[in-house]
Formats: sequence, structure tokens, C-alpha cells
Amino acid sequence: MFFPISGAHISPIYLAVVGFFVGILGGFFGVGGSFLAGPALRLAGLDWNFAVGTDLAHIVGKSVVAVRRHRALGNVDRRLGWIMAVGTILGAEVGAQAIQMLKRAGNVNFVVSVVSIVVYLSISTFMTWESRKTLLSPKGRSQRAAGKGANSKEDHSAFGPVTRAIQRLRIWPMISLPTSGIRAISLWTILLVAFVGGLFGGFLGGGAGYIRMPSMVYVLGIPTHLAVGTDLFEIIISASYGTFSHGVKGNVDILIALVMNTGAAVGAQIGAISTQYFAGPKIRLAFVPLPLIGAAIVIYTMISGHKF
Amino acid sequence: MKKETARTVRAFAIELAIYTVLVVAYFFLVLNLMGQWLYRLELQHRYFYAAVAIFLIIGQAVLLEAITTFLIRLIRGRSE
Repeated sequence: MFFPISGAHISPIYLAVVGFFVGILGGFFGVGGSFLAGPALRLAGLDWNFAVGTDLAHIVGKSVVAVRRHRALGNVDRRLGWIMAVGTILGAEVGAQAIQMLKRAGNVNFVVSVVSIVVYLSISTFMTWESRKTLLSPKGRSQRAAGKGANSKEDHSAFGPVTRAIQRLRIWPMISLPTSGIRAISLWTILLVAFVGGLFGGFLGGGAGYIRMPSMVYVLGIPTHLAVGTDLFEIIISASYGTFSHGVKGNVDILIALVMNTGAAVGAQIGAISTQYFAGPKIRLAFVPLPLIGAAIVIYTMISGHKF
Repeated sequence: MKKETARTVRAFAIELAIYTVLVVAYFFLVLNLMGQWLYRLELQHRYFYAAVAIFLIIGQAVLLEAITTFLIRLIRGRSE
């Protein structure tokens, strides 16, 4: 099929299948999935600028589908999502500026690659340790035994004491997040978490859901199911902003994104529904391979010199 | 449990088959009709194109979610 905007010939079935798999990941883990969709679009022959912009547009569509499903399951805290979107957009702008500075210095590829490998490996290592420790604890075992049902949304984390200490920080203004079960938390803590996520997104590319979703659980103390749904809600806002920005620069082939979204619509629903069947620590443990895949792709590009 | 799983897989296969027919029709009708218009828009009115792109992707997502939910209810006779 010929896509006139980008001038590319790509099979619509390939696009729908890629959308389907990325949709499952997004619906289940609350990530955009750009670390897979971006390279997949490059493999199909799309120019890098179009791959980035088009992927963002597809992420908007997929997230809308997943959020509608998560909302029906009670997994979306819209108040938190709007606040986080502000921090993410600000962080993404600063991250993009940092990339421009490194470009001028002439060492952008090396620095970004090394930083991303360190970040990805750190997230995977920490989440493996935390989720295993939680699952092996008495509370974790009872949560595991609860399986599907209302109890599966009750969350417990081995990192809980640190999270509670963060929540006790009294830096005005304090806000409550009743949907997430948080009585009071500093607005600045939320904005900082979102800002850091956006910063890495702008710096490393993609939506940085692999950083934001764990941060929401470990730093803000949001239950995993709500972190997944709320992160997707936040992604709709920040990815829409990114789509508009890239669209104006001529980097979005919306026809490709629409075709990808036909597969993603099914995948995102499967992913979102599947979260009902897993307790929080299990979702977090299953999340571990995602940053590792990201790290593997970066290491491959560093060794082979092949750019996705 | 196995019976339940088999029913879910069968329902999903039926949904997927119906959905595939709808999507193929969508490719040929909507994308062929809109392709040239969007191409010209992208060349001549970038800001308008960017806004239309967001509107289209969100609109399509809402529509597809409604269709898949409808199919699920139709085939299984209950809401998921």
C-alpha cells in the first residue's frame, strides 16, 4: 500500500500486526511502546523523522482505546493525569533542548546511548529486586493467592516505607488524590516525577512510560493498576502535544498511524482487560523485560552502527 | 476453567474475523478517499493538518473501541 504523505510503500497487514502487539504492551503496562514501534517502522522503510512523528500519533490512538477500557475498570485517576501531563510536557521540552546542546557539542549519539543503557538496566534491576521481594513477603503471598478479583488491585510493595516517607514531605501546596487512595501529597513531588519522565522522553526519545509508570508506583505510591491506566491517560495528552508539534514540522504520516491503530485497538483492549487477572507485583515483574529490550536495541545500534 | 478458556478463545476468533472484514473495508474506502486530501493538506496547511491528524486518530480510536465493545457484547451476550 502506498502512503503518499511519507512516500513509503508498506503492507497494511504489517502495520496492523505491529499495532496489535504494541497495543497489548500499552494496554497491559501503560507504556507507549515507541521502543518497539519506532524500530518496526524504520524496518518497514520509513524515514526516521516520520517514524518518530507517526509513532506518536499512533500512540495517541492506542492510548485512547486503552484508557476507555481502563476507565471502565476504575483504573484512571484523571486529576493526577492532568497534573502529570504538565510536568511531562515541560520535561520533554528541556530534554529536547539538552539533545540540541549535545548535537552542537558533537557527541549526542554516544552520550544518549550510554545514558539510556544505564537507565534501562537500573530500572530492570530495581524492579526485579522489588517485585520478587514483594511476592515472597507474607503480604505478597496472600496477594498472589487472591488471584483475580477485587483483591488483585490491592497493592503492596517492598519499597513501601520509602514511598510513605516521600508522601510525608510537606511542601505546599498539598493535594489529595482520592481515586488513587492518597490523602495528601505535595504537588511538587508529582510534577517532579512527571518532569523527570518527560526529560528522559525528550532526551532518549519516545514517551518514557518505562520510567514514569514505575516512578508512579514507587515514588508517588499509586497502586500498579491505577498507575497503568493513569499513565495511559497522561500519554494521550503529552503524545497529542508531540503529534501536533511533529505534524507542523512535517514528520507525521497520519494514514500510517490510522492503519496501525486498527490493530492497536484490539491489542490495547486485550492488554487492558488482562490487568484484571494479575496482582500489582506480578505486573511489575512482567514489566522487567521491556527496559531490557530497549537496552538491547541501543547496544545493538552501538555495536553494529546500524540506526533504527 | 478449560471450558471457559475455550469459549473465550472461540469468541475472540469470531470477533477478530468480523473485525478484519470491517478493517479491510475501512482501508479501501476511507483511506483511499481521504489519502489525497490529507496529502494536499499536509503540503499546504501544516497547522491545520496537525490538528486534523489528532482529531482523526482520536475519532478513529473512539469508533474502534465502540465497535470492538459492541462485538464483544454481541457475541458473548454480556459486557466484559
